[in-house]
Amino acid sequence: MSDARDPTQFDPIVPNTGEEYEPLEVFPEDDGFDLRPGADSCYKCSTCDTNCPVAEVDDDFPGPKFQGPEQWRLKQTDDDYEIDPSISECSNCLRCDTSCPSGVNLAQMHNTARGEYVDNQVSKLSVKYIRNRILANYRTSAYFASMFPRTANFFMNFGPVRWAMEKVMHIPSEREFPEFATQTFRQWWSERGGAKVHSDDKKIAYFHGCYSNYNTPEVAKALVRIYEHFGYEVMVPPQKCSGTPMFANGMLDDARRHAETNVEELTAAIEEGADVVASCTSCSMALRNEYPELFDIDGIDDLAEHTYDAVEYLRIHTDVRQELEAAEVSGELEEEFAYHAPCHARNQGLERQAIELFRDLDGVAVEDVGESCSGISGTYGWKSEKYEKSMEIGSEMFEHMEESEGTTGMTECPTCASQMEHGTGYEVRHPLELIEAALID
Amino acid sequence: MAIESDVLVIGGGLAGLSSAISAAREGADVRLVTYKQSTLRQASGLIDVLGYTPDGEGPLTDPYDAIPELPDEHPYRLLGEDTVREAMSMFDEVADTYRGGHTDVNALLPTYGGTVKPTARYPEGAAAGLASDDRDLLLVGFEAMPDFDAPHVAAHLEAAGVPFDVRGETIQFPGDLMDDAKVTRYAKLLENNGPVEVRGRERGARDALVERLNPLIEDEGRIGLPAVLGDADAAGVRAALEAELGIEVFEVPATPPSMPGVRLEDRLFEAFDEAGGNFESGNPVVSFDGQDRVETVYVDKQNARIPYSAEQFVLATGGLVGKGVESDREHVYEPIFDCHVEHSEDRYDWFDEAVFGEHPFAGFGVDPDAELRPLDSAGSPEFENLRAAGSVLGGYDFAAEKSGSGVSIATGYHAGRLAAQEAQ
Ligand SMILES: Cc1cc2nc3c(=O)[nH]c(=O)nc-3n(C[C@H](O)[C@H](O)[C@H](O)COP(=O)(O)OP(=O)(O)OC[C@H]3O[C@@H](n4cnc5c(N)ncnc54)[C@H](O)[C@@H]3O)c2cc1C
Ligand code: SF4
Ligand code: SF4
Repeated sequence: MSDARDPTQFDPIVPNTGEEYEPLEVFPEDDGFDLRPGADSCYKCSTCDTNCPVAEVDDDFPGPKFQGPEQWRLKQTDDDYEIDPSISECSNCLRCDTSCPSGVNLAQMHNTARGEYVDNQVSKLSVKYIRNRILANYRTSAYFASMFPRTANFFMNFGPVRWAMEKVMHIPSEREFPEFATQTFRQWWSERGGAKVHSDDKKIAYFHGCYSNYNTPEVAKALVRIYEHFGYEVMVPPQKCSGTPMFANGMLDDARRHAETNVEELTAAIEEGADVVASCTSCSMALRNEYPELFDIDGIDDLAEHTYDAVEYLRIHTDVRQELEAAEVSGELEEEFAYHAPCHARNQGLERQAIELFRDLDGVAVEDVGESCSGISGTYGWKSEKYEKSMEIGSEMFEHMEESEGTTGMTECPTCASQMEHGTGYEVRHPLELIEAALID
Repeated sequence: MAIESDVLVIGGGLAGLSSAISAAREGADVRLVTYKQSTLRQASGLIDVLGYTPDGEGPLTDPYDAIPELPDEHPYRLLGEDTVREAMSMFDEVADTYRGGHTDVNALLPTYGGTVKPTARYPEGAAAGLASDDRDLLLVGFEAMPDFDAPHVAAHLEAAGVPFDVRGETIQFPGDLMDDAKVTRYAKLLENNGPVEVRGRERGARDALVERLNPLIEDEGRIGLPAVLGDADAAGVRAALEAELGIEVFEVPATPPSMPGVRLEDRLFEAFDEAGGNFESGNPVVSFDGQDRVETVYVDKQNARIPYSAEQFVLATGGLVGKGVESDREHVYEPIFDCHVEHSEDRYDWFDEAVFGEHPFAGFGVDPDAELRPLDSAGSPEFENLRAAGSVLGGYDFAAEKSGSGVSIATGYHAGRLAAQEAQ
């Protein structure tokens, strides 16, 4: 038996993800990350393809196995190989990455390919590029809008404006723009005078992300109150966008600029003894997974190791489960909820924590509407050419929501929430709001 | 602190799910954590208990009959025939879309390759395809899915001497899907009767398929298609086709990736949820704390290490494919707890010279006691509260014996039940 790799799947020297991989210097001129272990581990079982919600509705989309390992190999053997434009049809849901039995890092492969495609093959003057850049830099638009929230809310959903946006920018007029809060979370935080609880050994640094700052500050406030309830000192360091929408649009340079600030500010908080928590599952995933995969910034691994989802952290470090078992909910949130686990929560193994936590909470029932993808995937569903596809992917989730007892939705992801609202007309809440309603009054 | 439960099952394949379900049915607070999706998505969806003896005798008529003749270290011998039967009846209750439980005798089913395979349980959707049924059979494949070459399969079956006439035809799937369209794409189109373009006109895919199949049927009593007939509502898709075609419709068990495997996996997770279990996927267990007992294991959640503690643990991480057993050039090992895995010092002894020979690596795994606790090299349990189930076990070669699913279900059932009883 030679040492060459045997093509059968039973080859016992297939590189495994459980151990350190020593990258072979086969392509020394390549200064990017080494994707070879991923390509080598793929044994073409197509499990990833059976999980891809885009391939399920789009006959022209070649699927994750092609986007990842196969395209990587093509790139290595053909110098003139250009990334297939279908990479922009991938919605970055990472279902493929969560599923691969061989641990192939499809997320990193897709992000890298998309970055390369946008850098080298997309005209920077095209309307779609400009539109994608605006969508990806949501934080900037939100920043301006939040200065005049009422005006922005009016204009963003004002018919003639939306008509023009559709015509000029290819932003689907069917979508409702998220409402901007009249007071951002950070404004509330400083008006309140910052933390109410101070502690030497229990500190968290809150990464609120753009959405709970500008659009849903009630989620952020719930987080603060819950953590203070458990005796934590909450820090709110300066921060920028997590970068998720930029990865998904192949704008890695933009993402990197934001990441640099976040890494610097958050590692400073870690040095003061804090762990980092995020209330948006795409943000926590970016900080702990995508950052170290895509960038090489001082402190980036330290940040990844210290970042948690806000509810997950409570489950590990507090007796939230017992307290909820003993509590009950009445009033506005005494409801049946239809819960959808966002893809990025799934990717972090958080897909069931809301169901589990609220199983024994009196006054509410939370039903999992299953594994279907909401289809919006951040900015994906905000593009006219993808709107129909995004709704077709989401249709299964809409049906499941309507079949479930609940008529209020629940999810951790703000963009999933807007798709759930859009497709069913349900109001959607964050698990933190329910914990707040149960434990604090 | 840590995330706590009575029983923690590591691994979400057939073995992990079987043990999680059996533990939850005993009333324990059970959690299942799994790294990625299991080999179920690649398996045919058939549940083999024992098709051949380790010496290659077979196909066996009654798998239970053969259990006493198996080698001492075989998992079925450790459990005993009765436990294997109990485990299979738990499977029958849970996987209510499966057939075959009415008899001990193996069923014979035609496969994608045109062979006839002995198996203990088969999806309802494959039932009309039984080789013991003597109705004539029409097989229809799709051009864009070359893995299932219907005329070729038909010729093979004839050569194998099946007791009926069989004919194969290949047609174009309505809408002319590209060559490597995903199985989920076919399944979804058929389930929703989704729109496809046929000669410039938009049609429902299922309706258009019926129109193509109808003229092909002569006087056959049944028609077999690739296993892409629906996802969540496979029975509904079949019923709709049968109503229009006027004959019974079945799916031929698939090559990877397999819709029947996907459906079974979904059903088992659902059953576990109904039994009150908790689960999560996407991240591996990488290490543990404890000496004689396992106290806590750590899940590597994308660089953050999350502690999970429990009274009892079940290791169901699969074999070399599932990553429950790993190897490098020097040795073969179990990566989480470093349980002992018996293997030759010399790497060249791991293989047989012949590609299809008897490869020792096929039987690599941890060797357990009768309670399924992995044993160290001296023959005592590695930990008091750790049991193992499924392909992570040694002592059998599922590919040669056609026993993969059966061993996973039986050992999973047993490990889960013992763990739950001890945890309470
Ligand atoms: C291609 C193929 C075809 C097959 N066809 C058939 C057939 O026709 N009939 C039949 O009866 N059997 C068949 N089998 C065999 C049968 O599917 C398997 O024997 C059985 O399903 C094994 O189940 P398992 O649960 O032990 O392992 P697996 O299915 O391998 O599952 C192991 C699980 O553990 C998880 N895991 C691994 N490491 C960790 C970790 N560190 N932390 C957390 N989780 C971890 C994995 O992600 C995986 O989900 C087939 C197998 C294969 C590979
Ligand atoms: S699931 Fe993983 S191993 Fe299987 S084809 Fe996809 S990338 Fe390759
Ligand atoms: S990230 Fe999602 S959309 Fe993209 S290839 Fe993977 S599964 Fe498909």
